[in-house]
Amino acid sequence: MSSPLDPGAAISIRGLVKRYGDRNAVDGVDLDIRRGEIFALLGPNGAGKTTTVEILEGYRSRDGGDVAVLGQDPAEGGRRWRAEIGIVLQSGAGDSQLTCLEVLTAQAAYYPDPRDPAEVLELVGLTDKAGARGRSLSGGQRRRLDVAMGIVGRPALLFLDEPTTGFDPEARRQFWSLIRSLRDLGTTMLLTTHYLDEAEELADRVGVITAGRLVEVAVPAELGGRGQAPAVVSWTEDGARRSQDTPTPTALVAELAARFPGEVPDLAVARPTLEDVYLQMIGQSR
Amino acid sequence: MSAPTLPPLARVYRVRAAVELKEFFRQRESVVFTLMFPVILLVVFGAVLDYDIGGGVSFTQYFMAGVIAAGILGASLQNMAIGIATERSDGTLKHLAGTPMPKSAYFVGKIAQVVAVTVATIAILLVVGVVLYGVDLPSGTQWLTFTWVALLGSAACTLLGIAVSSLAKNGRSASATVTPVALVLQFISGVFFRFDQIPTWMQTISSFFPLKWMAQGLRSVFLPDALAAQEPAGSWELGRVALVLTAWVVVGLVLCVRTFRWRDRADG
Repeated sequence: MSSPLDPGAAISIRGLVKRYGDRNAVDGVDLDIRRGEIFALLGPNGAGKTTTVEILEGYRSRDGGDVAVLGQDPAEGGRRWRAEIGIVLQSGAGDSQLTCLEVLTAQAAYYPDPRDPAEVLELVGLTDKAGARGRSLSGGQRRRLDVAMGIVGRPALLFLDEPTTGFDPEARRQFWSLIRSLRDLGTTMLLTTHYLDEAEELADRVGVITAGRLVEVAVPAELGGRGQAPAVVSWTEDGARRSQDTPTPTALVAELAARFPGEVPDLAVARPTLEDVYLQMIGQSR
Repeated sequence: MSAPTLPPLARVYRVRAAVELKEFFRQRESVVFTLMFPVILLVVFGAVLDYDIGGGVSFTQYFMAGVIAAGILGASLQNMAIGIATERSDGTLKHLAGTPMPKSAYFVGKIAQVVAVTVATIAILLVVGVVLYGVDLPSGTQWLTFTWVALLGSAACTLLGIAVSSLAKNGRSASATVTPVALVLQFISGVFFRFDQIPTWMQTISSFFPLKWMAQGLRSVFLPDALAAQEPAGSWELGRVALVLTAWVVVGLVLCVRTFRWRDRADG
């Protein structure tokens, strides 16, 4: 706990500790999330992701450390503070007999400056379900309704806890473009996810949390030294698959291009994926 | 730039009331089991038990008081216990707690729901009673007694229902616990049988709970004063009815404040 809280940050955390029994579920986390940033928190189940996020959302108390969310201690956040944040819970927003539009209209009524519910339905792609009751929606549609409820209050900061679990690939792509359009509107987002491609696709920075500790924070392309990691160049030569690790793949490819008369057979250049470095990181800390 | 002001309380209260009314009246199970069940009881019992309980008063006239008390119990205690336990386990409450909705608005919505369901139940019961069984409606100051017994009883049972919801794991377990308890209470509190014919020890047990006092207060509304002599106490004991129901309001309020949770116990 060296530096003080950053009052200009959307989220500022110093030395956060949460104990369950004699176990530290969150064990000294320091983090600053800038305004306008999309930050993805990665980590295995039970690593402390949801606990951390729910402390920031004001749902749980903390046992140590300092936290500021939009300049306010979430443990003391009142209605005015809640009006500035949007929350998409892992468990969703519950069952209802109301239609999608009614649910959103009611939700909007709690906020000082809400978005138009019909526009929000459009934004999440549920316009043709406006008159449908929540229980008649598919899993992916319900999740989009959860997101709609999270953003209808025009939050400056949006928490998304595993928002795309259970989505098919197309629904995830649509969801990603929704998140990008929210970013363009200036919304800060804290996302937890199990999908590394999602983090890579959306996040400005990712943080990896394991056993309650934030082991690294980096832009996705550099996590775990990924940016400096040697590339693997592979090709087929004399009927056999060849591959070579190299810090200078461009030079190697040029050399191969000179060696072969036309196309280099089955040429591929690969960097370690985010998943590779992530699995290595969480493996090391176990 | 000054922050926009939060919406006025009254508007959020109206929104929550509308939400709660839609949630109730659009759900077929709740309409059938909470609202129509007492009506079905009235129709069946009125047809089967058509005898004179003394002084030329029909059993149906007696049963009106009991079935209205049971209807109030269903609309308040059973409805709140099951409904709120369900909303706690499916995440509705946690979600609401994460919004700037004033917490009081949730309870205002629930009260609006109880009032609407109670009024609808009583109105249907009275119409069916009059049309099918020629039940005599209360007159004069009896309406006043009717109103305060219903209000006080429903307030006590609503608060108790909210408190009981915190004991249950989820809606299904709340229903499995509360429904049989309510049924037993109805049997020993003089809803289905003449209270003076119930064994004394059962009368004693039932007098610890609000239902007995609601039924007794409503008997004073629906039965001629001559029948007060049939009561175990020899009178309607309206003062004691008011006292016990008020005590339950206070106990219910304390229990609510001490036990209400916005999150599921399983949720950390």
